[in-house]
Amino acid sequence: MHEWALAEAIIATAKQIAQKEKLKEVTEVTIKVGELQQVEHSILRFAISELKSEIFKNAKFRILKAKTTLKCRVCGNTWQFKKEKLDRDTAEAIHFVPEAAHTFIKCPNCGSPDFEIVVGRGVWLETLKGVK
Amino acid sequence: MVDPRVSVINERLSRISRIVAVSSGKGGVGKSMVATTLALTLAKKGCRVGLFDLDFTSPSTHIILGAEKIQPKEEKGIIPPTVHGLEYMSLIYFVGDQPAPLRGADVSNALIELLAVTQWGSLDFLVIDMPPGIGDAVLDLVRLVKRIEFLIVTTPSLLAFETVKKQVELLCELKMPIIGVVENMKMTKAKGIEAATEKLGLRFLGEVAFDEGVEDAIGDVEKLLATAIGKKIQLIVDSVVLAEKREPRCLVER
Ligand SMILES: Nc1ncnc2c1ncn2[C@@H]1O[C@H](COP(=O)(O)OP(=O)(O)O)[C@@H](O)[C@H]1O
Ligand SMILES: [Mg+2]
Ligand SMILES: [Zn+2]
Repeated sequence: MHEWALAEAIIATAKQIAQKEKLKEVTEVTIKVGELQQVEHSILRFAISELKSEIFKNAKFRILKAKTTLKCRVCGNTWQFKKEKLDRDTAEAIHFVPEAAHTFIKCPNCGSPDFEIVVGRGVWLETLKGVK
Repeated sequence: MVDPRVSVINERLSRISRIVAVSSGKGGVGKSMVATTLALTLAKKGCRVGLFDLDFTSPSTHIILGAEKIQPKEEKGIIPPTVHGLEYMSLIYFVGDQPAPLRGADVSNALIELLAVTQWGSLDFLVIDMPPGIGDAVLDLVRLVKRIEFLIVTTPSLLAFETVKKQVELLCELKMPIIGVVENMKMTKAKGIEAATEKLGLRFLGEVAFDEGVEDAIGDVEKLLATAIGKKIQLIVDSVVLAEKREPRCLVER
């Protein structure tokens, strides 16, 4: 359940931002989850609800899916990551360390593993709203 | 857009007393051998030890340990399996024996990911096997972990030592503690590296002879501990690593 480790990171970061902005209460946190890492939204949501502290008491956590775009550095081809094309072990490896994609995924046009994960790699905090 | 992973790294490492990175400006000087031997030796002394292979594109420590068919457990993060008494972490769990062609930013990302999700227990030591040089891994560790001590490996060759000098200069600039320099694969009685090390103001930890038995010890930890590397590291552990510095002995209760 490595979603718990990520949830902990999200809460810790959101708290740091809230403190920096001198917020008394956080009302909304938007989290983007890239498809590449295949994070289970329901586990992430549950972990966040278990880990959140007082300042997030009334906060709404929005968890949004972000498509993953890959771009080949050799031929310039751009394509979208599709989980369905992977076997279970590969999907799991990429779930833990998205960079494992360079071991298992090749450019569909030229076969190179030298591609860039343009967007949609991991989990990130998009916005945070609150009251001062 | 904020990356949440960085904020938990120090929490993840908070129950580790000392973090030692085995490093060099050059490849092929014996970093992986020294790092693995150091970790095993500390564990034999009763310390709780983790070994983290950070040479993502050319990992070797799993071969030195003879570690096969091991996988981490998933529990609120990733729990490293125990191999010969070491909490052992490597990218090989995820990429197997296939190539992992990673550029600098990918190395950084994978490093941050593993630091953020690995649940080390309470450890006296985390030994890190570094990739060669002063690239992403060194810079990221210094940036994100901060409290690292470096143990530097060189060979008797001027070519190796010149790269070590650059690394030392960088680490001094960054105010990172350096335990000392090991001269590995020694075949003559020349004292040049020892003198040059002391000229840099660093402790010369000793020389390890080139030992033909080392190749045969790959994959067999008892044999490894009986090689010239094993014997010298044991002396260094007793006389330097455990003898001084922040904690004189293993502090964490078993
Ligand atoms: N003292 C030694 N005597 C003989 N061979 C050694 C010794 N130290 C290292 N080696 C060998 O040298 C090679 C490089 O060692 P390694 O630990 O992989 O270096 P690095 O991690 O710095 O690239 C390996 O084949 C290893 O078995
Ligand atoms: Mg190595
Ligand atoms: Zn291509």
